[in-house]
Amino acid sequence: MIVLEKRPQPSRAWSMSTPLVAVLATMFFGGLLFAALGKNPVEAIETIFWEPLFGEFAFYYRPQLLVKGAPLVLIAIGLSLGFRAGIWNIGAEGQYIMGAICGAGAGLAFYPVEGWFIFPIMVIAGALGGWAWAMIPALLKVRFGTNEILVSLMLVYVAEQLLASVSLGLLKNPEGFGFPGSRNLQSYASAHNAELFEGTGMHWGVVGALIAVIFAYVLLNRHMLGFHIRLTGEAPRAAKFAGVNPARLILFCLGLSGALAGLAGLFEVSGPSGVVSIDFNVGYGFTAIIVAFLGRLHPVGILLAGGLMALTYIGGEIAQSQLGLPAAAIQVFQGMLLFFLLALDLLTNYRIRAARKEVA
Amino acid sequence: MTTPLLSLQGLTKAYPGVVANDNVSFDIGEGEVHALLGENGAGKSTLVKMIYGLVKPDSGTMLLRGQPYAPPEPRAARADGIAMVFQHFSLFDALNVAENIALGMENPPPMGDLASRIREVSETYGLPLDPYRTVGDLSAGERQRVEIIRCLLQDPKLLIMDEPTSVLTPQEVEILFETLQKLRAEGTSILYISHKLEEIRTLCDHATILRLGKNVGECTPRETSARDMAELMVGTALQTPQRAGRDFGEVALDISGLSVPSPTEFGTALKNVHLTVRKGEVLGIGGVAGNGQDELLGVLSGEIQTAADAVKMAGQPVGRLGPTARRRLGLLTAPEERLGHAAAPDMSLTENALLTGSVREGLESNGFLKWNDTRSFAERIIKAFDVRTPGPENAARSLSGGNLQKFVIGREVLQNPEVLVVNQPTWGVDAAAAAAIRQAILDLASKGAAVVCISQDLDELMEISDSFAALNEGRLSAPRPTTGLTVEEIGLMMGGAHGMEVAHV
Repeated sequence: MIVLEKRPQPSRAWSMSTPLVAVLATMFFGGLLFAALGKNPVEAIETIFWEPLFGEFAFYYRPQLLVKGAPLVLIAIGLSLGFRAGIWNIGAEGQYIMGAICGAGAGLAFYPVEGWFIFPIMVIAGALGGWAWAMIPALLKVRFGTNEILVSLMLVYVAEQLLASVSLGLLKNPEGFGFPGSRNLQSYASAHNAELFEGTGMHWGVVGALIAVIFAYVLLNRHMLGFHIRLTGEAPRAAKFAGVNPARLILFCLGLSGALAGLAGLFEVSGPSGVVSIDFNVGYGFTAIIVAFLGRLHPVGILLAGGLMALTYIGGEIAQSQLGLPAAAIQVFQGMLLFFLLALDLLTNYRIRAARKEVA
Repeated sequence: MTTPLLSLQGLTKAYPGVVANDNVSFDIGEGEVHALLGENGAGKSTLVKMIYGLVKPDSGTMLLRGQPYAPPEPRAARADGIAMVFQHFSLFDALNVAENIALGMENPPPMGDLASRIREVSETYGLPLDPYRTVGDLSAGERQRVEIIRCLLQDPKLLIMDEPTSVLTPQEVEILFETLQKLRAEGTSILYISHKLEEIRTLCDHATILRLGKNVGECTPRETSARDMAELMVGTALQTPQRAGRDFGEVALDISGLSVPSPTEFGTALKNVHLTVRKGEVLGIGGVAGNGQDELLGVLSGEIQTAADAVKMAGQPVGRLGPTARRRLGLLTAPEERLGHAAAPDMSLTENALLTGSVREGLESNGFLKWNDTRSFAERIIKAFDVRTPGPENAARSLSGGNLQKFVIGREVLQNPEVLVVNQPTWGVDAAAAAAIRQAILDLASKGAAVVCISQDLDELMEISDSFAALNEGRLSAPRPTTGLTVEEIGLMMGGAHGMEVAHV
């Protein structure tokens, strides 16, 4: 019989290597899945992992990695702080939408005035939009003890309805020939989150994501607030004993993750997307949850995981178009990654041991 | 010579890194009360788990009435007439007594029959118990009766009791002993595990002493002094804590008219608690576990907030202050539950040193942490309190209970508190370390700190405290000077026998 035995100390070696082992296991079982679909598994894996980075059209795909990775990292960093403290914001998708609506709305309010001050105002409005949306579950939890998982998740659907409403009404392009969707911010210079260096995919959102990584790292490792966040997640009673105010921590964690998700939405709507439209959101807010865990809730890990996730997205699209793999197979593949990561995570704190049958 | 009921021969059990039992042999006779003595970690629990079929020995054999006996699981042990009352009760608070007992049976009879059998057994042995009462409402002594009756319903030949008196008042202990003596008179053997020597001298016919997993001696307790048994247990001569005669200063901590509901459902509300502690004074608070100890500690640590002037430090109201503000004023606390409350299990000792030390040790500036200073603070605790660990980077959960306790107490003591509140400071700690902790508490008091020591170990309280009060169902008795208090008086302060009656022998 096989038993799990708790390690006296969390294993550092396993903690570092589980993401790698999980990726390898995903490649292997994903390969089996693709083989079962009648595709050449080696070719499929190569298309997903190799093609975007070093393939023939890598010059096009590499900037896409930054464009896809930045919002994932930005959102996941915010979520990870809450997850560390046991505060589960599942509604980043909604906060992302609200950030985009508020940020784009603030910019379009100035149209057609040009000025250096417009983009910073949009950034602030975007962050505030996401923050305010996240404060709803936060305040309800602090005041009435509601479950933040349910409330934040349900608010995603409310945000989607709002998005549809403003796309068809408030923010609709008056010169858009009746089509839904706002003016294109890409053609409004003061509000355009343009590439900082031509052809690199590097826009302000990427800068924001990197700053968020550094900020989160310093917060968690060098600051009392970060220590309290970790303490609350590991031993809530000890945190209370240490003097942590749980309500303030909930407001901080949900507020910050909302603000970062809002920023991600703003950078997306003012840059790569350009338009507030009904189908603006593509699930970054949910994928960021996977990214946060894949990165083991560690800022540097999240940076790497965001890159990896962006890679599977882009590689997955290439595989869809070149090999005719169904989109669902790519989603299963991404799901496998999270599954293996969480399963292998167990080995950090437990070891597997073959044992005689013994009742204990 | 008659065949013993149970004969253990060369039992050995090793766990990774430690030999829990090393070639242990002894016999338990029919109708004998046999004591198993030893410090925490001496291997008593492992030994009885082998007898009860929870753990399989690596080598060695057991004979039950001359027949080979090797229970693969507790069910087999119970079928052979061996029953056990655990130190920690496994009862469901929300169910009633009969339901709890039925849960532990293979084929529970209909509830009505079971209830009448419970009444019958409980009356025979002087352990009155209403089968339909909810367990959540019972005192610790009554809960123990549920466990004992659960065993007696099986009509056992050998009853194993693991530290049964640790949760009882002196009067309840007396009643338990009468019950056990009645059982012995009927021919039931009892294996009695304890480290309370006086108890063993009153009750037991024979004693086996374990130290570091080995059988280091047997004796007849009635003919051996408690001190001799203690030295066999510990292996060295014991050091009794010394205290100098002290003068008390002004009032350092003052609680008046404090009533708070418990934050947990089956907790105990504090009702109109008054107490004062002067500088240099050690106030001992006794009482059976679950009578408001955790709540009292929470009120003092700042985890439970009260009306501002219900709790005062040197005349200043602190009832509304949180834990950090109170630490700044010098009110430090050490809760009973080490893992998860006093310390975060998966965090390093350095991080755990930061947990309460940040304010007084200046381990942060503008919110930024000084890890180097924190590490050296952790190292100071480890050194001063002889915490056995390779270093401060190790996780708290990797320490043994006693070592972690030394760390937790040391962390507060080294911060030079004005008022120190400790709950169960030496619980689960070996005798030498317990003596060191008590000495540290006394030293702190002689330097002028006020100390509140909440404990269930009456001997400990008598040893270190200047005055004594007891918690009973959330009420605190009026404190009295320790000198001259008799065991009977203490027992009455603790709430007497909680309505128990003596066995009708």
